[in-house]
Amino acid sequence: MLRYFARRVVSLGLSLLVASLVIFVALEMVPGDPAAFMLGLNAQDDTLAALREELGLNQGPVARYISWIVGMVQGDFGTSYTYRTPVSGMIADRLWISLPLALYALALSVLIAFPAGIWAASKRGKLADVVVMGTTQLGVAIPNFWFAMLMVLIFAINLRWFSAGGFAGWDAGLLPGLKSLTLPAIALALPQASILARVMRSALLDTLGEDYIRTARAKGLSRGQALRRHALRNAMIPVLTIIGLQFSFLMAGAIIIENVFFLPGLGQLVFKAISARDLIVVESVVMLLVFAVIVVNFTVDLAYAWVDPRLRGR
Amino acid sequence: MTVIRNVALGCVLGMLAAMASAKTDIVVGQQLEPPHLDPTSAAAGAIDQVLYSNVFEGLTRFGPDGSVNPGLAQSWDISEDGLTYMFSLQPGVTFHDGTPMDAADVKFTLDRARDETSQNAQKALFEGIEAVEVIDDLTVKITLTAPNGNLLFNLAWGDAVIVAPESIGEIKQMPVGTGAFKFEDWVQGDHITLLRNPDYWGSPAKLDKATFKFIDDPTAAFAAMMAEDVDVFGGYPAPENLPQFEADPRFQVLVGSTEGETILSINNQMEPLGDVKVREAIAHAIDRQAVIDGAMFGLGTPIGTHFAPHHPDYVDLTGLSSYDPDRARALLAEAGFADGFTTTLKLPPPSYARRGGEIIQAQLREVGITAEISNLEWSQWLEEVFKGKNFGLTIVSHTEPFDIGIYARPDYYFQYDNPAFQALNTALTAEADPAMRSDLLVQMQRTIAEDFVNGFLFQLATPTVANAKVRGLWKDAPTQATDLTGVYWED
Repeated sequence: MLRYFARRVVSLGLSLLVASLVIFVALEMVPGDPAAFMLGLNAQDDTLAALREELGLNQGPVARYISWIVGMVQGDFGTSYTYRTPVSGMIADRLWISLPLALYALALSVLIAFPAGIWAASKRGKLADVVVMGTTQLGVAIPNFWFAMLMVLIFAINLRWFSAGGFAGWDAGLLPGLKSLTLPAIALALPQASILARVMRSALLDTLGEDYIRTARAKGLSRGQALRRHALRNAMIPVLTIIGLQFSFLMAGAIIIENVFFLPGLGQLVFKAISARDLIVVESVVMLLVFAVIVVNFTVDLAYAWVDPRLRGR
Repeated sequence: MTVIRNVALGCVLGMLAAMASAKTDIVVGQQLEPPHLDPTSAAAGAIDQVLYSNVFEGLTRFGPDGSVNPGLAQSWDISEDGLTYMFSLQPGVTFHDGTPMDAADVKFTLDRARDETSQNAQKALFEGIEAVEVIDDLTVKITLTAPNGNLLFNLAWGDAVIVAPESIGEIKQMPVGTGAFKFEDWVQGDHITLLRNPDYWGSPAKLDKATFKFIDDPTAAFAAMMAEDVDVFGGYPAPENLPQFEADPRFQVLVGSTEGETILSINNQMEPLGDVKVREAIAHAIDRQAVIDGAMFGLGTPIGTHFAPHHPDYVDLTGLSSYDPDRARALLAEAGFADGFTTTLKLPPPSYARRGGEIIQAQLREVGITAEISNLEWSQWLEEVFKGKNFGLTIVSHTEPFDIGIYARPDYYFQYDNPAFQALNTALTAEADPAMRSDLLVQMQRTIAEDFVNGFLFQLATPTVANAKVRGLWKDAPTQATDLTGVYWED
């Protein structure tokens, strides 16, 4: 067990190292000079040189890569080229929006998808099934940013229940904070919920055809009882896989939604940093997301073992 | 419980009181967020948009019409030979940290900007300053190496605002100026808050609080205005929505001019664009009004040279390069390109460039020129086009005020090299007499128009959308600023 764990940690470290190398090389190859971006069209050569010197851009790429990695291992992500503040502080600020938003959206997605999927599976072929399948088909097809704009139009511009965007800040209290994340979370959750509901339904239908369900029915359980007690747990493996993928997606993929609601989250930070060639910020955030994805996958693996004891022995 | 009830009651009463009298706080939207808060070490217009005149002031300052007015210098004397300027400073001015603003701060500011290690994005503004001397607390003497008719204008730029040595270390996060508003806080990615400076030396601001909110996405900007989350949006990014705001009594729309000459830049050193006939052909191939209507929804004033139409010395030279495709084809044939040629058209991100580029591509195709469009990010554009000079054509708005001098720099990205023009520019810099300057400026405008250096398209307009009750906003943008010092709410 210990050897298994040690192997796992080594492979985790190696994946991170490879990822860091890929990210660094890819970004270094993109043309563009952060100093030129900062100083604009009228900058003189000596001014540019002075700024490049201060930003440490005159070092070679190898030296910069090493100092980035060494700093990151020590928890120091470096200093942003454009904002000139420590990257770790910037990321922390943004995480306080992106992480709650992702969790909020994921919770909504699960809350919608589970009942809908179970309901559709238990009423297979009936009207309820057709309604759920039709609605989720629509949910998968509609892009989330379009849906977001529609909600802004209805709830912010016409009804004035919410503001059109922005973040009230956690300082203003939990409720105002959650309120400003509500429309974005719904916009993010609906397509995810649709996918999840469909996966839930088909996974349930698969297990409902298994022999042990027939046995359970033969023992005298109703269709609903058999579904709840035996099918549901066995249908969870594909559902968990999708939830794991969705969480990573919600963390990294909220860029467009953050733009629609002008939320200062991680996606917006990366988006702006890329156009300003603030490479150190981009590298660090992408690295963090890679780390998050790896950790989420690890957690999902553990969850598999929890729902399916057969996997524990492997 | 009583505490909660009292607090709740207090809040309700407070809100009622606030509703009874005119509002004293304002939320201003703008597209771009400042990267940091030091106007003297970055080119980003977003920094000036928040801080110019509100938080930081220079010796001189721009008025709403672009005129240069006294700022922290209440008056000045210029010597006969035009080489020394004696500035008397406003007495009783303090920085927001309570320290007095005096001649030593002025010297510090100007020396810092001129220094070898200076990171000032407009270092050229300070060229020709030989020495800055402190005469007494309220008198500063600036000595020039040669007369410079632009000095007072140059000192009004956001890049020349007065900063203090005590606060310079933290300026990028905690700007300390002398203005009518002081910096309160900055939630990165979201907003910056300014509060009224109660100890301001001049006439105090009428607003107690100003919040600048950063909304990049045009659709989101529209939603924020419509939901009245934002009171004023400067540089409103979606001109297609303006009629909707104009029709709505809740809003007012101000369309002002800017210092942004939007041009189709031509690489004067790349064949066949080095041939003046070819450039003239390009100029006649372009239908400016179609570009303005198609790309800017009708906002923008056609220009025929690199000069702002609202400037008193502007000459309308659009006739020299009128839309005439037949003429363009004839000129191309004369230059030996009867069958046309192929070149590149590299476009930076702003919509004037991306949308305008498509229209110009189609217009050039009409006369036989194939322009291959590639869309670039800003930093890519700076690297490839501006620094690398690897382009045939590009579209960009030159937003710096009064920047016709760039045509005197042969190494500037469009690489126009005409000794006659360079001589005119040298003469202009040394000339202080207004009539003579005006004459030189007219000659300069004419020279570049007759050499068809670039395709001169239009002066960029700046639309401001605001709540109908907001007063005192600037319509025009002589510099990239949202000057809130005179803004108030009508009852």
